[in-house]
Amino acid sequence: MSAATPRLARKQFTPLRPKKSVGLTVVMLLFVVYSLIPLAWLVISSTKTQDALLNSFGLWFSGKFAFFDNIVWALTYEDGIFVRWLLNTLIYVVVGAGLATILATLAGYGLAKYDFPGRKVVFGVILGAIAVPGTALAVPTFLMFSKLGLTNTMWAVILPSAISPFGLYLIWVYATDAVPTELLEAARVDGAGELRTFLTISLRLLAPGVVTVSLFAIVATWNNYFLPLIMLNDPKLYPLTIGLQKWNAEAVGIGAQPVFTLVITGALLTIVPIVIAFLFLQRYWQTGLTAGGVKQ
Amino acid sequence: MKTNIARALAAGALAALLGGTLVACSGGDTDAAGGGKSDAAALDAALKKGGTIEYWTWTPQAKDQIAEFEKEYPKVKVNLTDTGGAGDSNTKLQNAISAGKGIPDVVQVEYQSVGQFQLPGYLTDLTQYGFADLKSKYTASTWANVTQNGGIWGLPQDSGPMALFYNKDVFEKYDLTVPTTWDQYIADAKKLHEADPTKWLVNDTGDAGLATSLMWQAGGKPFKINGQKVTINTDDAGVKKYSDMWSQLIDQGLVGNISGWSDEWYKALGDGTIATVTLGAWMPGILTSGAPDGAGKWAVAPMPTYDGGEAVTAENGGSTEVVPKGASNPVLGAAFLRWLNSNEKSIKVFMDDGGFPATVADLHSDDFLNYKSDYFGGQQINKVLAAAADSVISGWQYLPWQAYANTIYTDDVGPAFQDKSDLYAGIQKWLNDNVKYGKEQGFTVNG
Repeated sequence: MSAATPRLARKQFTPLRPKKSVGLTVVMLLFVVYSLIPLAWLVISSTKTQDALLNSFGLWFSGKFAFFDNIVWALTYEDGIFVRWLLNTLIYVVVGAGLATILATLAGYGLAKYDFPGRKVVFGVILGAIAVPGTALAVPTFLMFSKLGLTNTMWAVILPSAISPFGLYLIWVYATDAVPTELLEAARVDGAGELRTFLTISLRLLAPGVVTVSLFAIVATWNNYFLPLIMLNDPKLYPLTIGLQKWNAEAVGIGAQPVFTLVITGALLTIVPIVIAFLFLQRYWQTGLTAGGVKQ
Repeated sequence: MKTNIARALAAGALAALLGGTLVACSGGDTDAAGGGKSDAAALDAALKKGGTIEYWTWTPQAKDQIAEFEKEYPKVKVNLTDTGGAGDSNTKLQNAISAGKGIPDVVQVEYQSVGQFQLPGYLTDLTQYGFADLKSKYTASTWANVTQNGGIWGLPQDSGPMALFYNKDVFEKYDLTVPTTWDQYIADAKKLHEADPTKWLVNDTGDAGLATSLMWQAGGKPFKINGQKVTINTDDAGVKKYSDMWSQLIDQGLVGNISGWSDEWYKALGDGTIATVTLGAWMPGILTSGAPDGAGKWAVAPMPTYDGGEAVTAENGGSTEVVPKGASNPVLGAAFLRWLNSNEKSIKVFMDDGGFPATVADLHSDDFLNYKSDYFGGQQINKVLAAAADSVISGWQYLPWQAYANTIYTDDVGPAFQDKSDLYAGIQKWLNDNVKYGKEQGFTVNG
């Protein structure tokens, strides 16, 4: 045993030289394949006509290459309603997720850097709010909004999206570490007002956190399904998620017009922007997931 | 499938939440709509005066019908909202009513959901506009669907008398005879599946619409509505008759595990994997648009019966338009509704695009009966379908929460299809669950 010990010790990895593990690589490859198969299916299926879609193997091409026809069809079907849904989604994302980011940044920073009575209570409420899934709040929100006359308007989707307890929490954790209190004190001594300090110093230090929160908010708003489902009646206000479901539902019932091809092509068009956003902002996403994980 | 369940849950949760408060606050203004003169003449006057109305529907022909209507009444503007389908439409209507805002003037509702909106008092009784005079225009079964509790709540838009649609090619290849009774049907199902285990005579995974229609055909009357009182008979003879027949198919493993309306279903209709469907007379339109590969292969025959002899059918699907209470322009709405479902031109537009009418005159017109369907290889399908409309057995009623009941049917009865457990036990559980649900909703249920 004593002879074996040093050999084991030599093999132990350090953070600088991670050990290569065949097993882990295989597992990771399996996960990659597992995650990419549905995407591959989607891309391949979007190149097929409806006939080929129903009658061929899902993971290989078949029949006429109808990719561009499908895209044109999806963009022009029902007087181009898909473009309208895309614009709606962009509005919901820009305004809703934008507001969510601004509010979360302001509030998170304030909670992290200012001591005031009731701070612990606010913090407790926010932690509690993270635990309540948005879906559970959708129906009460609907009833409240209907009293205010806001249902079936864009505000019905934008206002609830503007609140992100998780984003607030993230900024709070991030600001605690990233913005040194000494720096703020130095700024105060130099005579900078609180707003100026926030805008010129803190916000820059918070930037990675803010981007992360906005990314979370963008993804959440882009994928929002249940809230617009119950809030909106008018197809002209739909986001893409509800619009695609509407097309999918057209295959059911009397007068059914199955347009599975459109649902698939539409789904592909729907994920493209979010995939692009993801690839560009990936590193912030990682930052966000590990924020608060390591105490410095 | 998942989304359907989530959606049903959502709708159910909303309905459950709203139900209590709504029933309470709907009693007040019973007839604010009339405004004095309330008869057919009031509708004519409203049409002359003009105005704007909101119309919610998922009927594909709606756009053309509105264009025709606005040509005839240029002063009336109809704003169309395409609600996409019955499930969404019900949820949206329920939401609008609970919000007391954005309620449409005219809205499409499935026959099976009329009670859901009529019982809590959400619908305008159209008797006041002289709609009783229109009764003779419609088939008895569809008229019965829009009249209950002493009022007229809509005008039938279409009908779905049932027939047997079968794939001729498959029938010829496997030497099957077109069944006239369910016993023969079961024999065919066995013969086909034994000859080719990849083929099925029938598919079903627990479809409530099909099951209730077959109970209806068996003379079942499990539900009775009388005012706010709902009677659910858990020991109905017709329900048992359906269960005894259908469970033979299940027990012998003769039912294809393919859900209706799925992409798999459309494919199976096109390539002969499913050899028959027993559904409403609107099915030819579905086959034409959803299973183009089946062109020339399909044919239609009268629905098989339980006992042989005289033809007995049931209705499967179909909708009416209604005028909800709280609509901002109910008189003009009723006038549009009257035109929509009784005017010749409107019905013609509806039928030209594959709609199956509810009006007796159209069902028996020579043009309609002599029409030869290309998809059906030149068969005069309407002769079979119109005859079916005349042999619908009367007495069936839907639950006032039928849409919800249909969603839990899959949960309660679905397992019988998956693991061949007792179908009748599943149906009993379903009926009992409905007794419970009805009570929770504040109905007087004696089950």
